[in-house]
Amino acid sequence: MTTQLSSGTAACPGCIASPAEPARPVPQDVQIALSLPGIHCSACIATVERELNAQPGVEEARVNLTLKRAMIKAAPELTAADLIPVMEQAGFEAHELDPGALSATQANKAGRDLLMRLAVAGFASMNVMLLSVSVWSGAADATRDMFHWISAAIALPAIAFSAQPFFANAWSALRVRRLNMDVPIVLAILLALITSLWETALGGEHAYFDAALTLTFFLLAGRYLDYRTRAAARSAAEELTALEVPRAVMLRDGAEKDVAVSALSVGDLVLVRPGGRMPVDGEIVSGQSELDRSLLTGETLPVFAQAGLTVSAGEVNLTGPLTIRATAVGEDTSLHRMADLVAIAESGRSRYTSLADKAAKLYAPGVHILAALSFLGWLIYSGDIRTALNIAAAVLIITCPCALGLAVPAVTTAASGRLFRKGMLIKHATALERLAEVDTVVFDKTGTLTSGTPALTNLGDHARTDLEVALALAEVSSHPLSVALSKSARASGIKPANVQDVAEVPGYGTEGTYHGLRARLGRAAWTGGTEGDQTAAWLSVEGQASVPFVFTDTLRAGAVEAVQAFRQADKKVILISGDTRGAVKALAGTLGIETWIAQALPQDKADHVQHLRDQGHHVLMVGDGLNDTAALAAAHVSISPASALDAARVASDIVLLGNDLAPIADACDTAVKATKRIRENFRIATIYNIIAVPLAVIGLATPLIAALAMSTSSITVSLNALRLR
Amino acid sequence: MEVLAYLIPISLFLGGVGLVAFVYTVRSNQYDDPEGDARRILSDEWDDNPKP
Repeated sequence: MTTQLSSGTAACPGCIASPAEPARPVPQDVQIALSLPGIHCSACIATVERELNAQPGVEEARVNLTLKRAMIKAAPELTAADLIPVMEQAGFEAHELDPGALSATQANKAGRDLLMRLAVAGFASMNVMLLSVSVWSGAADATRDMFHWISAAIALPAIAFSAQPFFANAWSALRVRRLNMDVPIVLAILLALITSLWETALGGEHAYFDAALTLTFFLLAGRYLDYRTRAAARSAAEELTALEVPRAVMLRDGAEKDVAVSALSVGDLVLVRPGGRMPVDGEIVSGQSELDRSLLTGETLPVFAQAGLTVSAGEVNLTGPLTIRATAVGEDTSLHRMADLVAIAESGRSRYTSLADKAAKLYAPGVHILAALSFLGWLIYSGDIRTALNIAAAVLIITCPCALGLAVPAVTTAASGRLFRKGMLIKHATALERLAEVDTVVFDKTGTLTSGTPALTNLGDHARTDLEVALALAEVSSHPLSVALSKSARASGIKPANVQDVAEVPGYGTEGTYHGLRARLGRAAWTGGTEGDQTAAWLSVEGQASVPFVFTDTLRAGAVEAVQAFRQADKKVILISGDTRGAVKALAGTLGIETWIAQALPQDKADHVQHLRDQGHHVLMVGDGLNDTAALAAAHVSISPASALDAARVASDIVLLGNDLAPIADACDTAVKATKRIRENFRIATIYNIIAVPLAVIGLATPLIAALAMSTSSITVSLNALRLR
Repeated sequence: MEVLAYLIPISLFLGGVGLVAFVYTVRSNQYDDPEGDARRILSDEWDDNPKP
């Protein structure tokens, strides 16, 4: 990790001075980052590191379990594509990450900054507390004054340094004439310092230096927890962005060149190899293949592609290499246009006010009024500004939202941590609160409830010889249907027939000679089959009628459990898909979903979600494709799997890191519990206030009582949050 | 009460040592992977001469 950080600054200072000429480094060690959502124990760390270090070219591999990530320093010729199969063989799901996109989050200066301030506040408050305890236990006269002066000497610089975030926030709120949580905090800290200094100078009995410091400490702890939860989510969200095809193969003057997608411009020729994803919108110039459009439209049937067909960024090329001419790049691609839709929908969602904001809205004015009233009351009653100010300070310190500041972050940290261990990433701060309100769940089909990998369903219907020929033909191809066919045929003990001259015909299928007869496996039109609404590959042997091999999309792991759990929790489950009626109906039947809608266009999905919203439902949308994006953004809260398109992940509040869907139902549960804890915490904080505030107002509060109320309420609130883990 | 003249500076000094130690651990990335570090101590594989 240090190497990662230093690599950016390794260049000499002179290079920084002349940024116009980016120095092309001599090939040196590359940094590869892998996301490993499945690791969870010390054995996993050991296995992953052993396996990776055993690879030739790997210099050093180190696992970060907290971030579920492996950083690998390796020889320049090594790529992540070489290492992912190694990980998968060892039994770990692995995805490549773009180390460039990660370095920014690793530097995380803001987090370190907060931690430093927290440390300073912590150590200062410990020292001051030590002195204060001696005062409370009876130090008097000159000794007490000296202790107070030493406390002041520690507290003033410590607060000047560590309370800066509060000062800055309060100032920015006041500048636009608004009140936020930080205004009463800053007021309490400053007032406590001023009255304490005054008291110390006059040899008074009570000084609140310890209170001001502990207050800062607890509040910083809340801030830091909050920051960490969000930073973890943000960095993981960024790392998922790093999963996207950042590179493309450009053809220029007949030569292939590996370039960054951002460097492509309209009119460029781009080569997309089988298995690759279209980096840009464009038109096919040459080549024949099949396209998987499921991420964009939800259709599972691959589309035949040849010269002249328009393609959109995000489609996957299946069989043959395709050369496309870019017609729209970067921001103009249909992928990005969809992201604009998301931005519009998101602005609607930000209207949701979090529980913390609601509390702050009630709290901040209340505290100010209470403090001002007690100040005025005492001023009139005793006519002494010093007494009145002292009491106002005590009121502010005691009501200060220590527990309020911790109430939400402590719970969300515990809940997010729990969900992260189950493979879910909470991206949005209020996602948990919104998830707790969900009463309707809308699922997308392809890629969400199904894994997007086909499985053969009618193996038993075929004659053994047919199967043997089909297996022989299927094994040469990497088309998903061929792979599925050979897998299930092999699993049932079929041996491939002796088929000669097997060759793949991109876009159509595979062809060979079996006992002198031409045998073909592939698209219906090419093999003499009839196109149906189910995904099928046809086998034709010359002189015989062709037979279909029918495939269905396999269910994603945990899909059944997730749907079942939602139904048991009395939530309405709806399936909306862009796929054909037959396929959607079959899946709805398998999962026991009563309400389903097929052949829905992206706008239909979003409209339907909006319609449910208008009826007063809180909708959870689970989807992965570009066609789901608008619906994801329109829903009350949304979840997408890590395999989803970038745009869909950006639009959703929660990302599912693993392949299993089952944690979704669990997340709803956790969210409900978390919201309950947050409310409990508010109640706990209020109870402490109800007991301590009257004491402060009538002038009975001492620094000891303030310290006790503050610490006990903060600790109770944190402990209550920990019950979630 | 003269003992205070020693004790207070000593306590402040010790607090300062703690703070400096903490700043050092933050600066040297020791909080990057708390979960992993907690598990690593149980691992049977160790390096007697780790790279600095």
